[in-house]
Amino acid sequence: MTAYIIRRLLYALPILIGVNAFTFVLFFVVNSPDDMARMHLGGKRVTDQAIQGWKEEHGYAKPLLINRERQGSDMFTETILFEKSLRLFLFDFGQSDSGRDISHDISQRMWPSLAIALPTLLVGLAVNITFALLLAFFRATYLDLWGVVICVAMMSISSLFYIIGGQFLVGKLLNLVPISGYDTGVHAWKFMILPVIVAVIGGIGSGTRWYRTLFLEEIHRDYVRSARAKGLSEQRVLFRHVLRNAMIPILTGVVVVLPLLFIGSLLTESFFGIPGLGSYTIDAINNQDFAIVRAMVFLGAVLYILGLLLTDISYTMVDPRVRLD
Amino acid sequence: MARKLTQRYPAFKVSKVLGHRGFGLWLVLGLALMAGCSGQAWNDPYRAREAAKPIFYSSFSERPKHLDPARSYSSNEWAFISQVYEPPLQYHFLRRPYALVPLTTQGLPEIHYVAADGMPLDEQAAASEVAYTDYIVRVRPGIRYQPHPAFALRDDGSPAYWPLDPQTLARVNTLGDFALTGTRELVAADYIYQIKRLAFAPNHSPVAGLMAEHIRGFAAFAEAAKAEHEAREGKGEGKTWFDLRGIDMQGVEEIDRYTYRIRIEKKYPQFVFWLAMNFFAPMPWEAERFYRQPGLDEKNINLDWYPVGTGPFMLTENNPNLRMVLRRNPNFHGEAYPSEGTDEDRSEGLLDDAGRNMPFIERAVYSLENEAIPRWNKFLQGYYDNSGIGSDSFDQAIQFGGSGEATLTEAMIDKGIRLSTAVESSVFYTGFNMLDPVVGGDSENARLLRQAIAIAVDFEEYISIFQNGRGEVAQSPLPPGIFGYLDGERGINPVTHVWQNGAARRRDIDDAKRLLTKAGYPDGRDPKSGGPLILYYDTPAAGPDSKAMLQWYRKQLSKLGIELVIRATDYNRFQEKMLSGTAQIFSWGWNADYPDPENFFFLLFGPNAKVSSKGENAANFSNAEFDALFVKMKDLPNGTQRQQVIDRMVDILREQSPWLFGYFPKAFSLHHAWYKNAKPHLMANNTLKYKRVDGLARVAAQRAWNQPVLWPLGLIFAAVVLSVIPAVRGFRARERSRAL
Repeated sequence: MTAYIIRRLLYALPILIGVNAFTFVLFFVVNSPDDMARMHLGGKRVTDQAIQGWKEEHGYAKPLLINRERQGSDMFTETILFEKSLRLFLFDFGQSDSGRDISHDISQRMWPSLAIALPTLLVGLAVNITFALLLAFFRATYLDLWGVVICVAMMSISSLFYIIGGQFLVGKLLNLVPISGYDTGVHAWKFMILPVIVAVIGGIGSGTRWYRTLFLEEIHRDYVRSARAKGLSEQRVLFRHVLRNAMIPILTGVVVVLPLLFIGSLLTESFFGIPGLGSYTIDAINNQDFAIVRAMVFLGAVLYILGLLLTDISYTMVDPRVRLD
Repeated sequence: MARKLTQRYPAFKVSKVLGHRGFGLWLVLGLALMAGCSGQAWNDPYRAREAAKPIFYSSFSERPKHLDPARSYSSNEWAFISQVYEPPLQYHFLRRPYALVPLTTQGLPEIHYVAADGMPLDEQAAASEVAYTDYIVRVRPGIRYQPHPAFALRDDGSPAYWPLDPQTLARVNTLGDFALTGTRELVAADYIYQIKRLAFAPNHSPVAGLMAEHIRGFAAFAEAAKAEHEAREGKGEGKTWFDLRGIDMQGVEEIDRYTYRIRIEKKYPQFVFWLAMNFFAPMPWEAERFYRQPGLDEKNINLDWYPVGTGPFMLTENNPNLRMVLRRNPNFHGEAYPSEGTDEDRSEGLLDDAGRNMPFIERAVYSLENEAIPRWNKFLQGYYDNSGIGSDSFDQAIQFGGSGEATLTEAMIDKGIRLSTAVESSVFYTGFNMLDPVVGGDSENARLLRQAIAIAVDFEEYISIFQNGRGEVAQSPLPPGIFGYLDGERGINPVTHVWQNGAARRRDIDDAKRLLTKAGYPDGRDPKSGGPLILYYDTPAAGPDSKAMLQWYRKQLSKLGIELVIRATDYNRFQEKMLSGTAQIFSWGWNADYPDPENFFFLLFGPNAKVSSKGENAANFSNAEFDALFVKMKDLPNGTQRQQVIDRMVDILREQSPWLFGYFPKAFSLHHAWYKNAKPHLMANNTLKYKRVDGLARVAAQRAWNQPVLWPLGLIFAAVVLSVIPAVRGFRARERSRAL
């Protein structure tokens, strides 16, 4: 397994280089270093001298991809792409274009993201599995039919609707929890209730349908038929056999998203005022802060690769037939 | 039955653990317990027992980028640092038109005009006679800085945190982690140090270029400091503190401990307004020395993050991802609430606190609200003391009476909410690129075309549709409250409006068509192509929200038979087009730095053209007479002569029409009844000290407005129970049928 992990990590390198180069190209197609300087220096009384000064200070005064004033390897190393990318692979994110330490910001902002994302995942999992089991139990009945219809309807509604509707209903009309905001430590709990409820409800449609499909697939397998033939109750068949076997794709699906929980949710964090990494990324895009955008995309890619690796490993744990050689 | 079910079906044990009486019920009980213990509303976003205190609660939507007074130039940044830093002057809170008064100085600065031969001149002296102007500023003794670790001293008198030892550095993460603080007296040298910081290139001060034109020796200092800095960088000392005190600036001189002189080249009467801005606030050198120590910048402990001032408040929590908190500065020198105001001010209670010592609030808490909807709802719940009005909530808050006056809706009045309105010192205009071969230039045809369009584009309608009536049609570049502005019949633009029945009325579209015919475009037809004249509107408003507005512009020109092509792009490309002069028609705005006509007319001053000099003259308008009058006007004191010059300048602009003057936005803001002294001031940013909050009234209102409504939860619970019964029956029936 160790050899497999090392091999996968080595595969990750070209992927990360590609992601970084792709981010770089996409960003600078839209924003030139002059645009970034103007944005950071403000809208009033911005002189050419100030723009040049800002670019020099932040390392954007060099050519983007190829430095034709240099010879040999310097043509490629004396560029913004190379200089900005090199430290990234050592996880040294450096300073944002507005002068903030990115690593410090990430270390501060990943916890609020996690505080919302983790309960959402766990509660959502419990709720979705429960509903999916119910639908699977009542399969081919009106309850199943209407359950699926409701699930499709819920999937079709924008998550923004759930957020605004939840804020209006629970926070404004019923006055049960704060509409938005966040606090540190133990004071955070009352700000987590509404985002978690909204995120869980927003995910019921797709989650329940997905798990229902998994359960139905298992229900029609031979071992289930054998279990029923042995006289086991439907309840026992569902919980002892179907659920246990369906847990393999469920668990692997969960493992892949575990590292990404740190990244947070862009919309939820923005609307609920959660100071997590999702809103951090959105703010950076709005402020044309390439250093943060680059760092967050890189981090997201690393975590996603990590998630996939963990998924592979988790397969070997839940299914003894799988070997990583 | 439930007990039987749990015995028979272990899966139901899960619901029993969570409570088959309902997880929601537990949640409600938990909330009730937590909230009941503190007597706090359940949806209160703040910690318990805070609302009754003299705390101001508000929000911010955008993270401030810079809090360094040398660099900060945005209103969202000044909202914070203007409460901390104190430049020499400030604007009187109640007096209108806006007037400067001393803040940290003994009286207003003494201004001395001096001829080339050294002879003193009087204020009326022509600008050409004046060689330089001296501003003598006398700082009030006894003013002390806020408590700050940069001033902390050990028992032996040496700095406690300079140099910073590695153990302390490892221990601290925020400024509050430094155990010791100190203070010292404000002196003239601190103001001088800050002026030098403006010139120091690594500080990227946006006013450095402008000040280099006016302050004697500013540019030379900048060069010398840059050379010295580069030499230090060569030695690897570029990031350490560079003591600017070591280099002299010829035009800025310390006369004594509390007095300094700024020497301005020639005559620049507007300079006094700059002395009321944060750029000229004092900066203690100890602060820069402290923040420049290795390791602190990496922890975001720097001057851009933690301001150091003498003002009524100090920034004690700077978490722009969550909350910014200003606390009362215990070392504040004290200031009395103004006693001078109008009868209207008195009737509105704005003089109730006259003579009382400020500030009235202990703390100001600004919470991050990225989105308008939650911000508005929290204001209605009483959790923010004031609020702007977004377009989504405008109809909920404001209604217009028969005579067009804006009033609050019944729902707002019932809550005791108050409305403040004020025409802003800003202008939003639509400009023609005067370098464009079709709409620009001095030709008669182009001028008539611009005038025709100026009549056709109905900004009264624009304000009504897109601004909810929050604006005033501009008849010139000068908004109300700025010297030179004329109201009534004297102030209308005769090119676009006529005076009828005591009000300005836009000219008939037939007048515009006549002008268009004279311009060589009868019925809007282009004689070259034979088809409709095609013009181009360049805009960064590319989103779906802007579609209606862009369509409106097309409709305005279609009244003349002109086809307007919208060239929407992102803001960066739009800026590029403006800089290269390839835009044709565009919209832009300007927010005044100070209340002087010079700050508006310079937007049309030839040498400031965007294409040739990258200035703020986005229309690239150049008119020899206008430019000459501008030079004359900017140096004149307010009075009849200046008014005459301004009138002529306005006439030229109306005649040439490089702008459709657009409108002056009207600021609408709401505040609760417990929030006092809420007079809008569109020039001053340091107004937090005047505000007072009645905490007890706020608590009572919050309790009344935020009673939890529980019956829907009961209803949901009942619905769940009712739906479970047939499900359980179905389950059991199915179980039985399978068993058979």
